[in-house]
Amino acid sequence: MKTLFFAWRYLWSRPLGAALNVLLLSLGLASITFLLLVGHQLTQAFERDLAGIDVVVGAKGSPMQLILSGVFHIDVPPGNVPLKAVRELEKHPLVASVIPISLGDNLRGFRIVGTSQAYIQHYQATLSAGRLWDAPLQVVLGATAARQLGLVVGNTFAGAHGLGAGGHTHGDSLYTVTGVLAPSGSVLDRLVLTDTASVWKVHEDFTAVDEEDRQVMEEEREITMVLVRYKTPMAAMSFPRYVNTSTDMQAAAPALEISRLLHMLGLGTDVLRAFAGVLLLTAGLSVFIALWSAVRERSGDLALLRMLGAPPAQVAALLLCEALWLGLLASLAGLLLGQACAAALAWLLQLDNSLLLGGMVWPPELLIVPVLALGVSVGAALLPAWGAFRVSVLSLLQSR
Amino acid sequence: MIRTCQLSYTYPGGPTLAFPDVEVAQGTVLLLSGPSGCGKSTWLSLAAALVAPTAGELVVADQSLGALKNIAADAWRARAIGFLPQKLHLSAALTVQQNLALAFWASGQPEDAARIDAALQALGVQHLARRTPAQLSGGQAQRVALARAVLLQPRVILADEPTASLDFEAAADAVRLLLDTARIQGATLVIATHDARVAALIPAKVDGQIGFQPLQLVRKQL
Repeated sequence: MKTLFFAWRYLWSRPLGAALNVLLLSLGLASITFLLLVGHQLTQAFERDLAGIDVVVGAKGSPMQLILSGVFHIDVPPGNVPLKAVRELEKHPLVASVIPISLGDNLRGFRIVGTSQAYIQHYQATLSAGRLWDAPLQVVLGATAARQLGLVVGNTFAGAHGLGAGGHTHGDSLYTVTGVLAPSGSVLDRLVLTDTASVWKVHEDFTAVDEEDRQVMEEEREITMVLVRYKTPMAAMSFPRYVNTSTDMQAAAPALEISRLLHMLGLGTDVLRAFAGVLLLTAGLSVFIALWSAVRERSGDLALLRMLGAPPAQVAALLLCEALWLGLLASLAGLLLGQACAAALAWLLQLDNSLLLGGMVWPPELLIVPVLALGVSVGAALLPAWGAFRVSVLSLLQSR
Repeated sequence: MIRTCQLSYTYPGGPTLAFPDVEVAQGTVLLLSGPSGCGKSTWLSLAAALVAPTAGELVVADQSLGALKNIAADAWRARAIGFLPQKLHLSAALTVQQNLALAFWASGQPEDAARIDAALQALGVQHLARRTPAQLSGGQAQRVALARAVLLQPRVILADEPTASLDFEAAADAVRLLLDTARIQGATLVIATHDARVAALIPAKVDGQIGFQPLQLVRKQL
């Protein structure tokens, strides 16, 4: 304990150098913490929102766009598909269940999603207030959406056309809030959910000029996509091929698309990881220079410790403990800074009603941060510690 | 006590120095004098078990140092030797109190705050315990360094050029302080100096008990 105490005092006898070394190490460690946290939270968010969805069927186009728009609600969908075609799909022997998703409107940037109540059950979300819809133009708000929109059960509002804020308002068709969901940590938190029929009604009311026109529209009803669950995992072998070749729709496997997305993200994170590596290397070099200089400057003091009876290993341990302190302080600062950066990113994404990250999490992979910190700092101190180990007591007597 | 007999030391790849025989009783003073390069530092190194003699006998504080090596030498030095270097080497990062605590740490002994207080008090610098070395005058710093040297109640105190760069009055004070401290501790005091004034500053007899023995070293190579 006393060794740690004296090492602490020696370390902070050069406050500027010590602070600079802690800062340099912290920046590298914060970058790594940030990468680990975002990676962990992205994976968690993807796993959470993808759970139980085997395939997404929608309009032909980019499969990744289909997944991002239909599962994570962070992209625009490639188009709509006819309701009749979806009804046919429901009857397919390999399909266990489908959840319809209809997109097109928003409320101040929060997507209004026409769906069935199975969507809510799928994510095992529960109501915190009110009830689920039982008629068109009734909505249930996700927890984040309700909080940010400031709406409660009984409020009414008009949706706006488009998926981003600022579209034309459907002023004639007012939605009524019948329920608010408790936070589920899933994509539902930031959605405004209603019956699929609501979406049709709003747009048919808006565009139909007479009853005949309305009937035609009813016959040509569309939805944006369906989230499909297979009866058997074996369906993954044939069902997507069937959809892609035998219908005018496309089937996109979320697991495949997300692994493609993560791979693309991985290229970006590799650059950041390399940057963090350079920062750590620089920090290690800086720690080495600082401790090496300390050994040179304090060689007389270190020799005196030997004269007072300290064995060489004890003197070297003093140097290593200084490095240990640097590593510990930098670990702490790096972890906190990394958490702050991840929280800032989560806040920015939340402002954009985008992917839900956030919450201060401490995944086990963060253990690598203190290990790296101690590895770099103690590694950089090995040579100076060897210098301290070998310090000549005779120099004490010959320093004239 | 200190006793040497046909003591010599060969520098690695260098000359061999031979030292005159000496026998110093416990509680007395050995004045090691001579010009620069005559071997004073080497003699001190041998007496502190920092280097092993090439030949001859060397007994310090009842310990024959010929066979004493490494950890055993460190442990013996911590117990038996108090050292006052020419450059005091008080750590600027620590307070006076902590500089003394460092002696306990270095020797592997548990810290004893009461002994630190007592050592500082004995040298009249207890009120400086919380100051850093930068806040001390030269004389105060030397008292603190001496307190550190005698903290663990060594049987031998080695003082290396304790009067260097001091005017006559300060040099007299420094020598008096060393003699008084050694007498109170009952320690054998070795003063290595090239300062000719020091011999005149040490009384031949103190209280009829402590005398000093001069050992004039000349560069004698074998």
